[in-house]
Amino acid sequence: MKIFRNSKVIITLMIAALLVAFGTTSVFAAKAAPKQKNIILATTTSTQDTGLLDKLIPIFEKQTGYFVKTIAVGSGQAMKMGEKGEADVMLVHSPDAEKKFIEDGYGINRQLVMHNDFIIVGPGADPAKIKGTKSSAGAMKMIAQTESLFLSRGDNSGTHAKEKTLWKKAAITPAGQKWYQETGLGMGQTLSVAAEKKGYTLADRGTYLSLKKNLGLDILVEGDAALLNIYHVIEVNSAKWPKANAAGAKAFADFIVSKKTQEIIKTFGVDKYGSPLFFPDAGKKVEDLGK
Amino acid sequence: MELIVQGIIKAFELIVTFDPEVLGITWLSLKISGTATFISLFIGVSIGTAVALNNFFGKRFVISLINTGMGLPPVVVGLFVTMLIWRSGPFGFLEILYTPYAMIIAQAIIATPIVMGISLASIQNLPPNLRLQILSLGASRLQMVWILIKEAKLPLLAAVMAGFGGVISEVGASIMVGGNIKGYSRVLTTATVMETGKGNFDIAIALGIILLILAFMINALLTQIQQRQHLR
Repeated sequence: MKIFRNSKVIITLMIAALLVAFGTTSVFAAKAAPKQKNIILATTTSTQDTGLLDKLIPIFEKQTGYFVKTIAVGSGQAMKMGEKGEADVMLVHSPDAEKKFIEDGYGINRQLVMHNDFIIVGPGADPAKIKGTKSSAGAMKMIAQTESLFLSRGDNSGTHAKEKTLWKKAAITPAGQKWYQETGLGMGQTLSVAAEKKGYTLADRGTYLSLKKNLGLDILVEGDAALLNIYHVIEVNSAKWPKANAAGAKAFADFIVSKKTQEIIKTFGVDKYGSPLFFPDAGKKVEDLGK
Repeated sequence: MELIVQGIIKAFELIVTFDPEVLGITWLSLKISGTATFISLFIGVSIGTAVALNNFFGKRFVISLINTGMGLPPVVVGLFVTMLIWRSGPFGFLEILYTPYAMIIAQAIIATPIVMGISLASIQNLPPNLRLQILSLGASRLQMVWILIKEAKLPLLAAVMAGFGGVISEVGASIMVGGNIKGYSRVLTTATVMETGKGNFDIAIALGIILLILAFMINALLTQIQQRQHLR
């Protein structure tokens, strides 16, 4: 029974491997908090790429004892995670998709957190001559008419959703056009691609400011009310997903709209970029923003 | 060019000042990939040896499978591990998604076929009469397997190097199952991706250089052991 004896060896080795695995992984055990202490925060890349969360999360963890697992993806993917109950709380900026998310019963307690704005950036030479255009949809139209290269995120992120509404407003279907390219990457990388290819793109001001030094892209259109970029916090509906950490989600939402946190958001980035990256809005109404 | 020089200077700064965050990331990378390689070593060597030493129906097919597995795309592994361990998945109750454990599992799955394939080939490459010789000297089957493994230890060390090199430089699966959480599951490769996205190219280059140095040091150490054995 050759095989039989050999499999005995294998089983012994496998048990040994498992023991070793458990032995060594216990190294991490000291760091892992108790189960209900974990909160999964699904958020957009902009909150991480600007460094805002790196500043806020440690404060929250210290205050409450929760352990936050921040998963930075596009807003679309963040809400997909919420829909499946894979996240506990979301910090996102895709208002239309958020409303649908709440209507479908996946989330509760949607609260306004902060805003900044989107900008249309492009090469200094500005082949579509959009610089100073007041209407963002008008600028998009000009880009399309001159067939100037436009880089889209193409990843269902909040920025991508905003871009699609602008195209819609301009009554243009860019998909499939030669001058329209989808990167499928995060905001930072898409900006880099736009800079390399000397194309236009839509970006949130925070990410643009934090990357500006390496880009060589100029702000060409800004200040249009249609370009507001609004962030909400949403708790995943624990009635739908009993495994979700409802208490933790609520604690995080309460924290991010609290007075103290809003103060931090207000001054975040001023020392580094000369102007704040986000404007705190907790307790305000969406209609009053940007006024 | 300026950016590269800046990056190298920054890397040097981060290393000589023992920047606690970079140090933590480096240490975590070593722990996770080391553990994963260790696990893959046990599973890979034992199954690789068993397949090499036994003749059974479909052996060639199994070997083809193992060899294909050596090129297992990390993102595919990441995808499947994620789907198995997320809350609604079959192993959701373990609650290990976005933890270092999940990263170890994914990396072990990536490294195991590499180790298995190389150990299989190295055991097969031993002189066929060696087995008969060992058995004729009165060794039990268990002893024979052990001697064969010891005989093949030079290529087996190569298997360790290949496995470790594969997982420490892997990013797709790590970012999917680990989530790149600061101070918890952020390793050298995932941090490099993030810093590139942030436009902090100097830090990204620094992390890349540290990764290269690390891989070089581990491989130099293993090569030392391997070559010393060789000269004896």
